[in-house]
Amino acid sequence: MKAKNSLGTQKLAAVIALVVLFVFFSIFGEGFLQYSTVISIFDSLYYIGFMAIGVTFVIITGGIDLSIGTVCICCALIGGTLFQKGVPMALCLIIILVIGALFGLANGLMVSVMGLPAFIATLGTMMITRGLGSIVTNTASVTFPTGDAEGAWYKSIFKLQSQNLPDSMLAGIPTGFILLIVLAVVMAVILNKTRSGRYILALGSNKEATRLSGVNVVKWETLAFVISGLFAALAGISYAAIYPTLMPGTGNGFELDAIAGVVIGGTSLSGGVGSISGTLIGVFIMAVLKTGLPFVGLQPHYQLFITGFVLIFAVFMDVLNRRKRG
Amino acid sequence: MGEVILKMKGIDKSFPGVHALKNVELELRRGEVHALMGENGAGKSTLMKVLTGIYSKDAGSIIYEGKEVEFTSPRESQDAGISIVHQELNMMNHLTVAQNIFIGRERMKGKLINDREMEREAAKLFERLKISIDPGETMGRMTVGKQQMCEIAKAISKDAKVIVFDEPTAALTDAEISDLFEIIRDLRSKNIGIIYISHRMDEIKRITDRVTVMRDGEYVGTLVTAESTKDDIINMMVGRVVYEDPKEKSSVPPNAPVVLKVEHLNAGKMVRDVSFELHKGEILGFSGLMGAGRTETARALFGADKKESGDIYINGRKVEIKSPQDAVKYGIGYLSEDRKRYGCIVGKSVAENTTMACLEKFMSGIFINKKKERETAQKYVDELKTKTPSVDQMVRNLSGGNQQKVVIAKWLARDCDILIFDEPTRGIDVGAKSEIYALMNELVKAGKSIIMISSELTEVLRMSDRIVVMCEGRKTGEIPIEKATQESIMHAATLRE
Repeated sequence: MKAKNSLGTQKLAAVIALVVLFVFFSIFGEGFLQYSTVISIFDSLYYIGFMAIGVTFVIITGGIDLSIGTVCICCALIGGTLFQKGVPMALCLIIILVIGALFGLANGLMVSVMGLPAFIATLGTMMITRGLGSIVTNTASVTFPTGDAEGAWYKSIFKLQSQNLPDSMLAGIPTGFILLIVLAVVMAVILNKTRSGRYILALGSNKEATRLSGVNVVKWETLAFVISGLFAALAGISYAAIYPTLMPGTGNGFELDAIAGVVIGGTSLSGGVGSISGTLIGVFIMAVLKTGLPFVGLQPHYQLFITGFVLIFAVFMDVLNRRKRG
Repeated sequence: MGEVILKMKGIDKSFPGVHALKNVELELRRGEVHALMGENGAGKSTLMKVLTGIYSKDAGSIIYEGKEVEFTSPRESQDAGISIVHQELNMMNHLTVAQNIFIGRERMKGKLINDREMEREAAKLFERLKISIDPGETMGRMTVGKQQMCEIAKAISKDAKVIVFDEPTAALTDAEISDLFEIIRDLRSKNIGIIYISHRMDEIKRITDRVTVMRDGEYVGTLVTAESTKDDIINMMVGRVVYEDPKEKSSVPPNAPVVLKVEHLNAGKMVRDVSFELHKGEILGFSGLMGAGRTETARALFGADKKESGDIYINGRKVEIKSPQDAVKYGIGYLSEDRKRYGCIVGKSVAENTTMACLEKFMSGIFINKKKERETAQKYVDELKTKTPSVDQMVRNLSGGNQQKVVIAKWLARDCDILIFDEPTRGIDVGAKSEIYALMNELVKAGKSIIMISSELTEVLRMSDRIVVMCEGRKTGEIPIEKATQESIMHAATLRE
């Protein structure tokens, strides 16, 4: 039970931090506590949130996936280009997800079969996907359909906007939030209640002992990367839904935000321990900071500045905890 | 032999769950080679770690050069003139020989490191030791034997007055051993006190002046080598009063079927053309010295390491075992010598470890049936008398003996018929040992078959129905228990090519 407790303390600290931040901004941030603010918090966290859920699995194996940020944009660019060429939106979305999963598969095979360090393998994929996005689009930006244009329906997966909504909800209904929560629950169940989750946790804790128990560690380690790639692609779709114009060559740095969220949520970079709920809390902390700071007169770049401290503090708590256990 | 330079008295040291040293003494004179002997786990290395300040002692005193000392780090003991040549080499493979020898005390020229000066000094050292090693060579490119010589050179370069050799010949060829002994004799003539840890009886007779024997963390006695026979020393090491008498005859019926047959197994240098059979209900002991290739054989058989050639038959049927997954599928379970690294997942619970090899039995649809998982884990906790507050306890918090039981439970839950126990009682208390022994006997009675790798001769003689002896990767003997003695096993275990 101790593993759960130690994860629990850090998660608890994260929840408290989140509540404190929210209360702080509600009191001191004029106009913070209103519907449109909540919506903009949500808007800003979808893509990081999906990436973070996916990469949690990789981090639990003791690995890392640096490619999610660029995979996210690269997949969206490819999908958007196909749409401009007349491919129906539904098919585009499916292709985006498949490509993301394939990049994840490639990462997984490089790490588990070829034996490359995850850092290097995914660093390579990060560069490849960043380059590939520019190649596919010929370095031009890609704009996804908006408003009432054909194919713009996909946006309502993440935000339902309509003239028919009451004034108070004109900012839209955050359907993406529902999707995020549903998927988080599904992935949490997979992590904690199914064999794949159990094996991913076990191999992150002690890969050799897991292998010697007759478990196919290659398969399950690869699966973690596939999940990561798939969620990066989903993040790409959500990104395009909120920010319809995509530039090639972007996406760098998203992965670090996502990883920071995961780590703040109590998942250990050394593997074996982690939770999806923790990851969500971590991502929320970052999103609240990002949206809330302008309300107290600080520019958004203070978000980075403060998130850095939050990250270091959160992990230091974890280190302290570990030291106490010896 | 000169005056006493080092005297350890009444040394006591406990670790959680293990009383490692009990009132141990050791006396070393200048210009003496003093053997420290004992079976694996007798406490020799622990004693040396107490001496060099890696462990702190619970009680007792260390008198060095007439003064009571208490080193708190290896650095302190080194500065005082006590050096240790470790069994595992602690070398930085990418640095040169000279850089390795002077690590931490580099010769400087102003603010910069003076490599040339260090190489000159290293060359002088090698000359003194009469060995030819190029100080500018990269450490990783030399043979293990030469690396060992570098360790020795490093120890001497620190003006050591006492040098501890921890099984220095384990990885050396005969020629290298002769060179090493030359060096040791030379050091002795220079009035340095030498503590020599080894299992090899012939070496003890060749090189040492006195022998101190330890057993189960206790001091047994000290002999003058020239006045004692091999048997005297062996008797002191083994101690006839051990837990139970050796098994007198095999308990396997003569017509018991062969469950596992291994033919001409080859895997790297450590497994060369190994063949053997395992019968139903048998405990097949694997004996041999450290580095004889027993673990490597087991790992190759289990599919944990790649094998080059060889056939494996299970119940008469030829099988392909390419990975542990295959081995488990055919009902083989492997209990590693290094439980914490390879045996169990210490960061997970007793229940999770128990079901690790057969999780598919605990599924309700796509979900793990945690209730059933906990019930089964609890069943084995009761059956094996595992001491744990609950099945949710992390394995990390259990003692060595109980961790071993969790690993056994894992393979029992999987219903494995062939179990490979690699050093089943290493690091386990005497009391827990007998429990593990009893358990193994129950398992074979229930029709399981066991391969038991053990470095403890008493354990091999007590448990096995038949004994396979290995030396340097080859099978050098197969002895039915009726004919097995410590001497016959030791003889086979030292049959070098």
